[in-house]
Amino acid sequence: MSAVLDNHGHAGDHAHDDHGHHGPTGWRRWVYATNHKDIGTLYLLFAFAMLMVGGVLALLIRAELFQPGLQLVNPELFNQLTTMHGLIMVFGAIMPAFVGFANWMIPLQIGASDMAFARMNNFSFWLMIPAAIMLVASFFMPGGAPAAGWTLYAPLTLQMGPSMDAGIFAMHILGASSIMGSINIIVTILNMRAPGMTLMKMPMFAWTWLITAYLLIAVMPVLAGAITMTLTDRHFGTSFFNPAGGGDPVMYQHIFWFFGHPEVYIMILPAFGIISQIVPAFARKKLFGYASMVYATSSIAILSFIVWAHHMFTTGMPVTGQLFFMYATMLISVPTAVKIFNWIATMWRGSMTFETPMLFAVGFIFVFTMGGFTGLILAMAPIDIQLQDTYYVVAHFHYVLVAGSLFSMFAGVYYWLPKWTGVMYSETRGQIHFWGSLITFNITFFPMHFLGLAGMPRRYADYPMQFADFNAIASVGALGFGLMQVYFFLAVIVPAMRGKGEKATAKPWDGAEGLEWEVPSPAPFHTFENPPKLDATATRVIG
Amino acid sequence: MKSISNKLASLLLIAGAWVGSAAHAVQDLPGGPAVNQLNLHPPVTKIAEEQHFLHWMMLIICTVIFVAVFSVMFYSIWKHRRSKGAKSANFHESVTVEVVWTIVPFIIVILMALPATKVLVAQKDTTNADLTIKTTGYQWKWGYDYITGEGEGLAFISTLDSSHRVMSDSGNVKDAPTDYLLKVDNPMVVPVGKKIRIITTANDVIHAFMVPAFGIKQDAIPGFVRDTWFRAEKIGDYYGQCAELCGKEHAYMPIHVKVVSAEDYTAWVADQKKKAAAKLDDPTKVWALDDIMKRGEKVYAANCAACHQANGKGAGPIKPLDGSAIVLDADHVKQIQVLLKGAANGAMPAWAQLSDTDIAAVATYTKNSWSNKTGQLVQPAEIVAQRGK
Repeated sequence: MSAVLDNHGHAGDHAHDDHGHHGPTGWRRWVYATNHKDIGTLYLLFAFAMLMVGGVLALLIRAELFQPGLQLVNPELFNQLTTMHGLIMVFGAIMPAFVGFANWMIPLQIGASDMAFARMNNFSFWLMIPAAIMLVASFFMPGGAPAAGWTLYAPLTLQMGPSMDAGIFAMHILGASSIMGSINIIVTILNMRAPGMTLMKMPMFAWTWLITAYLLIAVMPVLAGAITMTLTDRHFGTSFFNPAGGGDPVMYQHIFWFFGHPEVYIMILPAFGIISQIVPAFARKKLFGYASMVYATSSIAILSFIVWAHHMFTTGMPVTGQLFFMYATMLISVPTAVKIFNWIATMWRGSMTFETPMLFAVGFIFVFTMGGFTGLILAMAPIDIQLQDTYYVVAHFHYVLVAGSLFSMFAGVYYWLPKWTGVMYSETRGQIHFWGSLITFNITFFPMHFLGLAGMPRRYADYPMQFADFNAIASVGALGFGLMQVYFFLAVIVPAMRGKGEKATAKPWDGAEGLEWEVPSPAPFHTFENPPKLDATATRVIG
Repeated sequence: MKSISNKLASLLLIAGAWVGSAAHAVQDLPGGPAVNQLNLHPPVTKIAEEQHFLHWMMLIICTVIFVAVFSVMFYSIWKHRRSKGAKSANFHESVTVEVVWTIVPFIIVILMALPATKVLVAQKDTTNADLTIKTTGYQWKWGYDYITGEGEGLAFISTLDSSHRVMSDSGNVKDAPTDYLLKVDNPMVVPVGKKIRIITTANDVIHAFMVPAFGIKQDAIPGFVRDTWFRAEKIGDYYGQCAELCGKEHAYMPIHVKVVSAEDYTAWVADQKKKAAAKLDDPTKVWALDDIMKRGEKVYAANCAACHQANGKGAGPIKPLDGSAIVLDADHVKQIQVLLKGAANGAMPAWAQLSDTDIAAVATYTKNSWSNKTGQLVQPAEIVAQRGK
């Protein structure tokens, strides 16, 4: 991304900068950033930094669980680690990374000059920094970091020390940032598409983000409400969730999961979008069933609002409630299956090559589907009674969040890195990263299915001896997976940012389609300052 | 399937030993987890059996679909690659195909949901129980109250064996017993073949009562009661653990249910009734220091040592008792109040559920242990006086 920086640093050299505008340079360029590409870069680097922080916490957890008995941390710290690992990965790594992709790619894909609200864009990024600092620093507050799990269930949250308040404040700020980001994305997509790009000609990534942004606006305030009630219960004598004052701890779970379930789709829909861009590009064949993909994504989004209580089958809902949420949840597998079928139909009779983006995309489809199937098994309430709150759930959501969201982002990074930096990554290194990640990922999380079936509860600092072997295997895998991501940073990201590597052409993938490939690589600081004229498919600029 | 899973298990066991885990001669725990167990616990109730069946059904259907779908994908990956000279076709839409592959999964999902519905309705039916037991989650132990049926009126607390907690802290599990972290002082005892209704509630935060072999898991929610049921069909010991994050000792509040024959159950009830009568301490009894110290040491080890440590020094945010002003104070009221009502927002839980004698004993113990040498003696009558204040 320094390739972009160089361009800008010598802005005068470039024809595209002929209007003579000079933005700030040095640190001011980033702090005052209003350019969607710079802000996208900031988001992505921030998310990667948080991925590393969350990863270190995960490795501490896995190190403690390598053997039964407490060797490294006490149970209190262990709970802090699991809680903060979850919060940091969800709110600090996955969500901001997708916003980073949106910032970089949506204006390029729809032929817009920038995001609609450039200054708000800056604000929504920089808001995350104090929130992240607060989250990480909460480890050093009296009593340590929040330790009530990332779901922050009441009334355990009412027992937490002052770091809980810091955590709540941080979540509020991150929520505000997300809402602003979503408003920006919605307005950009709805108002700033180049003439001729109708909604149904829009790239899938823009479509999935449009739907995701609506989900975010709908549910982030719900989370804010839940944690605000927690805050007033803690300090201002209310009893929303405190049973001692007549409050209802289960109401917290309803409110939280009304946010929490759409949230998991917030973290996967943009992934579907990225995969829907990459599979056609490397199959050299148009995406099969574009319209049905749009409808499937929308149905998933709508259904995501009526399935939340499948996280709560063991709270003791009435049987009718369990039946409703079981049916609704199982129904979600239908549109998801449609998406998988469409991807495979896109590959069918294509002319495929398997560069790293395609490898990650195929890996995504394969491993994410395993997570989808375990989700279907968990959706079945009688089985969920056995598996709720065991390692089976941990395995399930890591299959969809790591092999799902994270792998799709790796695919997206390799796919668009030439556009961002102007240089190609090393194919060998990309393949090492892919195979290393895929194998270590499965070593880490596959044994957890067995642990869960055997009844090992999650969030346990110590466990019966019979669970020892699978835990040891998982810990070894986790270390490998962590090292693979360090390798990714050092061997792929750093060289690309320093502009090392083969120069990339404007369209390095011969099968790729879309407006982002119509501008040079690296993408100039300003693109599509005048709305481009598009051909009938809205994938090429003419004249 | 059995032989395949056995082979898989032994393969994984070898892999486990290879990575150098603590794979010494750990044995299966009957009624609890088996070494490298791959599937749900062997069912002991009809419901658990149904869950087993559903899980196998789902696993098989999902695996078949998975293999079918991905053989298509991998065939395509194999055949339709450019290096094999594949030219890309031009089709990219077909309403018929889309409708078919929307309707087919829909039908499959409905077919899956039908048998699940039957089981779900059955497992929620808690009527006509022979025995009702209220289980209360405390941080971090279980309380069992026999509410109705044979044994009505029995009530006791079930705590993890404190030597296991010490072993966990030491980090050295070389000599860990088979029931490591699952052994309790007072297991719940129930008769075989009877419908047992479990009412759950909690004292502080949400816990969850889980016994995998029975196929039950029910959150225990403070301020609310929920219920579940089981009818164990085999005599034996069955184990579970708390399944909802409940604070720092979450991993240390196991569940042990002993299923016994009807006669043994009757005998157990009679025995418990006798013991309870004998144990019923007279709160007006005036104790001598030595006797109450012995009692206090036991109470301390069972309830306090997990946080305050056996040496009374506490750890991290846990306050030390050794040298504590409140403990040393000649006025006993403050310490008794902390014991009865808790402190620091529940970080120190309330212990009002202990008997007057136990609280007096543990207070006396802390006042005369380690470097605390006050010689003070707290009598049960003082606790009685402070209760409800």
